[in-house]
This record gives sequence, C-alpha cells and structure tokens, in this order.
Amino acid sequence: MILPLLDIRDLTFAAGNQKILDRLDLTIHPREIHALLGANGSGKTTLAYLLMGCEGYASTSGTVLFKGADLLSLKMHERAKLGLTLAWQEPARFEGITVREYLTLGRSESDPKPVLVQVGLDPDRYLNRRVDKALSGGERHRIELASVLSMKPTLAILDEPAAGIDMLSMNHIIDIIRALKAAGGSVLLITHQEEVALIADRASQLCAGHIIFSGSPREAVAHFRGRTCVRCDGEVCNYVRP
Amino acid sequence: MSDLDDLRRTLPMVGAEPSILDDTSIAHVVAHGHHILSRRTVPGLRVEMEETPDAIVGKLIVEAGVQIAQPIHMCFGLAHPTGVQQITIDVQICEGAQARVLSHCLFPLAQAAEHRMQAVMEIGPGASLIYTEGHYHGPHGGMQVLPHATIKIGKGARYFSDFSLLSGSVGNLDIDYLVEVEEEGIAELSAKIFAHKTDHITLKEAVMLRGERSRGLIKTRVVLDGEARAEITGITEAHAKGARGHVDCMEIVQGQAQASAIPIVRVFHPEAKVTHEAAIGSVDKKELETLMARGLTPEQAVEMIVSGILR
Repeated sequence: MILPLLDIRDLTFAAGNQKILDRLDLTIHPREIHALLGANGSGKTTLAYLLMGCEGYASTSGTVLFKGADLLSLKMHERAKLGLTLAWQEPARFEGITVREYLTLGRSESDPKPVLVQVGLDPDRYLNRRVDKALSGGERHRIELASVLSMKPTLAILDEPAAGIDMLSMNHIIDIIRALKAAGGSVLLITHQEEVALIADRASQLCAGHIIFSGSPREAVAHFRGRTCVRCDGEVCNYVRP
Repeated sequence: MSDLDDLRRTLPMVGAEPSILDDTSIAHVVAHGHHILSRRTVPGLRVEMEETPDAIVGKLIVEAGVQIAQPIHMCFGLAHPTGVQQITIDVQICEGAQARVLSHCLFPLAQAAEHRMQAVMEIGPGASLIYTEGHYHGPHGGMQVLPHATIKIGKGARYFSDFSLLSGSVGNLDIDYLVEVEEEGIAELSAKIFAHKTDHITLKEAVMLRGERSRGLIKTRVVLDGEARAEITGITEAHAKGARGHVDCMEIVQGQAQASAIPIVRVFHPEAKVTHEAAIGSVDKKELETLMARGLTPEQAVEMIVSGILR
C-alpha cells in the first residue's frame, strides 16, 4: 500500500462563527495531479493558504500529515523546506527583485534559464527584468510557475495557474503542470477551467468547506456541473451540513 | 595618512572607485572641510572653487553644446569625528550641454559633524544633467546633513537626480529641494534611504511644473528600523497645459520606527494632471509569504524585499 503524500483528516477552519473548512478529508498521493473543483467561496483558496501556513490560517481542528510529518506544527518556510510550495492566484510583485534572483531564491548556484524556457519565456529578455508591475498578468503567472518549477517541490499547490493566460498559452501551462509530475512531484491543482482539470489523475469537489465528491477528473467535472448547492447558486446539493 | 587618502579610501562605501581621482580624463573636486584637496577639469567644463573660512564657494559650468563624456566626481567630506562643512555651489549646464555629476559625501568617522550644502542648479534649454548623490556617514549617528537646492530646468531640458544613503547611520538628515520646470522640461527626483537606531529624516521635495507639457516625478523609498523617524513631503504643482506629475512614496517601517508621508498635489490648469501614491507600513505580507513559500526564513525574506525596494 502506498502511503499518501498528503493526508488531511477532519480539517476545520473557522473565521469567526463561520466554518470555511468543515471536517475536510483529502489525500494526495506521490506523483499525482489532483484537481480541486468548487464554486467561488467553497474554500479552495483557504485550504491552499492553510496548508502553506499563511498568516491567519491556523486550523481549528484536524490533522495534516505531509511526508508523514505533522504539517500544521511547522512554520511556513519549514513547510517549504520539506518540499511544499504554493503559487498564488494573484502573484505578488516585487520592486527591485530581478527574475534571475526570484528564480534562484536560496539557491544561487542554480541556473534559472531552463525553467524560463520551460514556461515559454526567453531568458535573454526576462532574466534581468524585475518582478514588478511592469510585467503583464500572463508574464507574472509564467514566472510564478517557473519559480515553482525551480524549487522541484514534492507538492506544488497551484491556485488557478491558468488565470489570465491566453488560450494559445493554455497548452503551455498544462505542459508545466505535467512537468512537475514528471520531475517526481505532486500537484494540488485548484482550477475553474475544465480543460485544465481534465489533465489531473484524480479530482475532488469542494462545497461549503467539505469534499463532497472524489473520483476521476471527468466524473468530478460532471458532478460539479450537475450538482448545485447552497454555496454554488442557491439550489441544494447532496452535502448537508450536520 | 592624509585627509585626501582617508576620503579616497571611503569612496567604495558609495560605490565609487578610488582610482577615478587618478584618471586624467575624469574631472573631479575633492574637498575636506573648507579645504580643496584635489581638483581636475576637462575641456568644456569650468570648475571655479574658492576656499573661505566659513565655506567652499564655487561654480561648476558645462559650456553650451558640450557633452562631458565621463562623469564629474565631486567628493565632499570630513575624515575626522568632528567639524563643519558648508558648500555653496552654482551648477550651470548651459544650452544643449550634457553632463553626469556624481557627488560623494563622505563622513566615515562622524560623531558630531555637520555638512551643509546650498546649491543652485540651472539646466539650460535642451541640456541634460544626471545628478547622483551618495552619502556615507559612518556608524556613529553623529552627523547633521542639510542639503538644500534650487533647480531650474529650462525649455526641453532634463534633470534626473538620485540620492542614496544606504549603509551606516543617517544621523539627522534634512533635505529641501525645489525644482522649477519650464516648457517640455523633465525632472525626475529619486531618493533611497535606510535609517536605523535614532536616525531622523526630514525630506521635502517640490516640483513646480511651470511650462506646457513639462513632466515631473518624485520617487522616494525609505526603510526605517530601530527608533528611526522620517517625515517625507513630496509636492508637485502643475501650472500649465499638458503638464504631468507623479509623486510615489513608499516607506517600510520596522521595530519602533515611525514614518509619515505627505504627498501634496496641486493643479492650476484644466489640462494638467498630477497623481500620487503613498504607502507606509511593514513589509508587504503577500511578498513576504511568497518568499517564505520558496523556503526563505522570515528574516531572509524581509532582507530581500528591503534590498529590492532600496535598489
């Protein structure tokens, strides 16, 4: 039996009186691309922030094991050192920091060119540019993915990696996600785009902070399309909050 | 060791090579207190400097149409813990001329020292001046620095200034610059300062866009830690058709430091526009967490963000 890479049990996170994640269970296996579907407000990004250890996202209860370690007891940079990373939906902009520096954080000996090529950006044009407001949304997204690639993570959480990417570049993004797996890593892929979700090995649907379906990506997409819920658009889904 | 040698040795603290003072193709002035220790000029450049008991008084003139190929180095300072230096200087970049001035203000041992500069700069029509001013005040925090300048930018002229004080202590810094910009002139003022302990910064920069289609930018980046204080005022007034200005101030506050930013924008013509942005606070949380999600410790992440802002 293969032990899961990430094993989330009974995870709850509340903001005030409102439960954002509600007794959530989810496992991700080694070398697995796992898509996470769900309507706006269903808790996808909250789960990503909580797993990464962002400030203000401490669980109320539950356990998370990552490579067998108690993830929730670790600080953010310790989680990263263990092989976990997150690509934000709206990546940060940095005044003065070059693409070269950003892609070699803490690893000055590494060569940033191959990962730039992998995300479809010309190193000669981009290495000395700054990761600031002058980059377009699409360029910034690609550099974020290059940064994740350069880390060679065990588990990359990608929050809407194709947001703001033009249709012609979509295949590029899909290739990058597959490259993360080919390099031996796993991906928790948060997405609204069917085309992206369908490349996953498995997929889960999140609703009202709870996983209400797990299965093949095609099944999960069909489930997501067919089922609506209180959170989605005012109808009733099959998850009833106890 | 002579005062000249002491100042030479400190030049790398502001990013300059001591060997520039030996290069016969590079103009320079070196002044210690109220004594001129070394000077050299090049064709098209007139440097008229005079020692007085209370000040160094002089003119730096780039003749019309002349392009000075190499930067002109002005090295002012004190190699002793105490003393006073007053510089009164007129800088004239005549019509169509181009020059770059690197001003190095070096006070490596300052414990109770004062540096005052009173400058008037005139950038003639179509002329260009890039003025870079780097300061090093040593580790003790005993420096009072008061650079005050009035800068007049003629029709179609360009003026770019870059003030930096990034290593060592600041002491007490009081900058007051007034810039007047004529038709189609451009003024860009940048200041980058890293203050510590009980350093105190008062920075006031005013750009008056008098001429049509004139342009102005004031960009300030200040990082404060310890108990440092800063009051930053960026003023831009647009008085003519097509004038455009922007004030951009960012202050990062750490520890017990305190900062204020006052952007003042005034527009006196319906076809002029001035914008401003000011941000004061700790290091941006998202930037910090992004770097930590790549494995940097909180301390490494803050250091990287701060060094980027001050670049």
